[in-house]
Amino acid sequence: MSPPKRCWPRWTPVLADRRRRQEKACYRCPAFYCSCHDGGIRAKLAKLTTGEILEISRFKEQIMSLRLEGVSKSLDGETHIYPVDLELQKGSMNVLLGPTSAGKTSVMRLMAGLDKPDAGAVFWNNQDVTRRRVQDRDIAMVYQQFVNYPSMSVYDNIASPLKLQKKPRAEIDDRVQEIAELLQLAPILDRKPNEISGGQQQRCAIARALVKDVGLVLMDEPLANLDYKLREELRSEIPKLFAASGSIFVYATTEPEEALLLGGNTATLWEGRVTQFGPSMDVYRRPVDEITARVYSDPPMNFLPVRKAGNLVTFPNGQTAQAGDELALLPDREYRAGFRAHHIEVGGRPADKLAFEAQLVITELTGSETYIHLEAAGERWIGLIPGTQTFEVGQQLHIGLDTANLFYFDHDGQRVGLPRAETGRVSA
Amino acid sequence: MSSITLQKLAHAYNPDTRRDADFALKEVNHTWEDGRAYALLGPSGCGKTTLLNIMSGLLQPTRGRILFGEKDVTAMSTAQRNIAQVFQFPVVYDTMTVGQNLAFPLRNRGMEASYITERVQRVAQMIGLERHLDQKASSLTADLKQKISLGRGVVRNDVNAILFDEPLTVIDPHMKWELRTQLKSLHREFGHTMIYVTHDQTEALTFAEKVVVMHDGLIVQIGTPQELFEAPAHVFVGYFIGSPGMNFMPVSVEGSRGEINGYTIGLESDYGNPVGRVVLGIRPEFVRLTKGAGLPVTINQIRDVGRQKFVNATLFDTEINIAVNAGVQIEADMTNIVFDPAMISIFCDDWRIEGSPLQKLTEGVA
Repeated sequence: MSPPKRCWPRWTPVLADRRRRQEKACYRCPAFYCSCHDGGIRAKLAKLTTGEILEISRFKEQIMSLRLEGVSKSLDGETHIYPVDLELQKGSMNVLLGPTSAGKTSVMRLMAGLDKPDAGAVFWNNQDVTRRRVQDRDIAMVYQQFVNYPSMSVYDNIASPLKLQKKPRAEIDDRVQEIAELLQLAPILDRKPNEISGGQQQRCAIARALVKDVGLVLMDEPLANLDYKLREELRSEIPKLFAASGSIFVYATTEPEEALLLGGNTATLWEGRVTQFGPSMDVYRRPVDEITARVYSDPPMNFLPVRKAGNLVTFPNGQTAQAGDELALLPDREYRAGFRAHHIEVGGRPADKLAFEAQLVITELTGSETYIHLEAAGERWIGLIPGTQTFEVGQQLHIGLDTANLFYFDHDGQRVGLPRAETGRVSA
Repeated sequence: MSSITLQKLAHAYNPDTRRDADFALKEVNHTWEDGRAYALLGPSGCGKTTLLNIMSGLLQPTRGRILFGEKDVTAMSTAQRNIAQVFQFPVVYDTMTVGQNLAFPLRNRGMEASYITERVQRVAQMIGLERHLDQKASSLTADLKQKISLGRGVVRNDVNAILFDEPLTVIDPHMKWELRTQLKSLHREFGHTMIYVTHDQTEALTFAEKVVVMHDGLIVQIGTPQELFEAPAHVFVGYFIGSPGMNFMPVSVEGSRGEINGYTIGLESDYGNPVGRVVLGIRPEFVRLTKGAGLPVTINQIRDVGRQKFVNATLFDTEINIAVNAGVQIEADMTNIVFDPAMISIFCDDWRIEGSPLQKLTEGVA
């Protein structure tokens, strides 16, 4: 028994899923409101044909969660990825943040099944898919390079994954129009990839990845090859696309600000290790160690050595401050304090601030702000101050630093103290 | 070393040059002063690479002349022009050591061995490669290789100019900070004329003393980073510089009074009666959220990037961005905005118009 054609208006997993959540689902056909099957949900599975059951199990298998358990990878005897544990939920945006060759692409390839891990396992909805071929997984990937079929029009490029799935023409057309609208490709659907701009080419590649409504979308630095302004534009669109799709998104980037703008969760990567995973703002504000703090700071985080004795912290300039609760309990010894560039203040000497004499190495203007590179306390610091400030290179500056903005790290790089503003904050 | 003058320079890739639109590079008259650091900024396809290729001699211009100092070099080959160029991707000789790579341009010109050693040593020290001098270049990471390219660009002190074509595109954000400062130090130290081509506003503004902004084959503004930010000459500069770019909204202007949907905006200059498409421009940094004063907005989205928050709001039919400093709380009853009157720009048919100063300053927003 096959369901009558007319109740399959727009059979897409998104609709099916929305239906399922509303629990008004017709399990015999994927129509939104089905009048052919008497409300559908009352139809017993036993009455269905094998084909229908397969169709149902296919969308049931859509990834709800993706879990990596102790996944590691070596290449030529050299450890590439140290055991990674990550759990990503359906409908979440997950940013992999780290410098080049930190292992972002390797982790994505393991998630996708393009590479098999040496140890550990990948689970979808608690089912081990480690040995499953990439073709049989429910994924799409967008690369840094714009990958499109040069001989096909934008329309055919976007439609290609659906054609492979042998979807009906009308459904393909609906779906392509819908996604083209979302990505502002509608006016150029009949052009060839080499007749459109780089930004449009990447939009086309993104559209192709999203059109088949997969459970897992992997984006490997998708904006890196685009112009600055185009990047800005597309970056603000990606969260919207993601919200519309309900898939698990994984997005690799080297830029901390991009990670914050995308929101969601961040996993920071460094030399093949995931150093921290959590809500993006949380990782930014409460990094667990020095490496995470460095990875999540642009301009780079500034450091200075401090000595802790009892519940007092002594700074290189001789000033002291109260050690926070966490730090006060630790042994008396040298620690490192870290702070972000925008916490440096120039000029004035408020009594409650740390005061340093710094030598100006170089200034960089951005129009609205000024970056100052300083030598202070035997360290190299970068400060970000508002407005356009003109200084002489080599000039001595009075620098103010609020101890409330300091992170503290021990000799292993573990964080042992948070800025005062963060200690009261409840971790999300 | 000498200044570089572009006289009535224009270029079209196809032989038909009857219309203005046929030109990939529209007429340019500009002098690159000796020893200055410039950036050539614009999106892809704006003609910046065309201009660069004409200066380096890879391309013959359709019209106009190029002078190095007083000398016309328009017909000269790249080699004769005596220019160094650093490309987007590192170009190094893998079989040579770092030191040999750096020495290559000097050795080619038959410099004395003692001079070469001294010069290579100095450049290597400036770019932090002195520990790697005897290492094979092939064993280095992409970042370090690009450092070699930069070093080789500045190793000769007799070049007329050094052209950089997006040299930091493939570099990690953290490494960019280091390379950018090194490039600035190299400029201070050696005093070459440097022209840095990029689409990245941060790189352009932080590197250059003067930034040349190109759009659609045309130079739309030449200015210091501050001038580009505070007084963009063209709406494109307002949009392209700054992240997010400038907010624009239609306005009707009469003298020193602007009007947006019935709301009066006090302006700090007298603009007379501009005829054409008049637009008010204000940067997100100079818009302030208030509880009731000024223009009404609907907040759509707030994005927190740590040191700042970006608020996206709708003002009548226009989408605008507002930058809010980290310390400032955004409250539910902040439903209006005011503009910093000193930072308002008025554009007529895309170009900035300067008003005449008022006798007496008026209040910001009535």
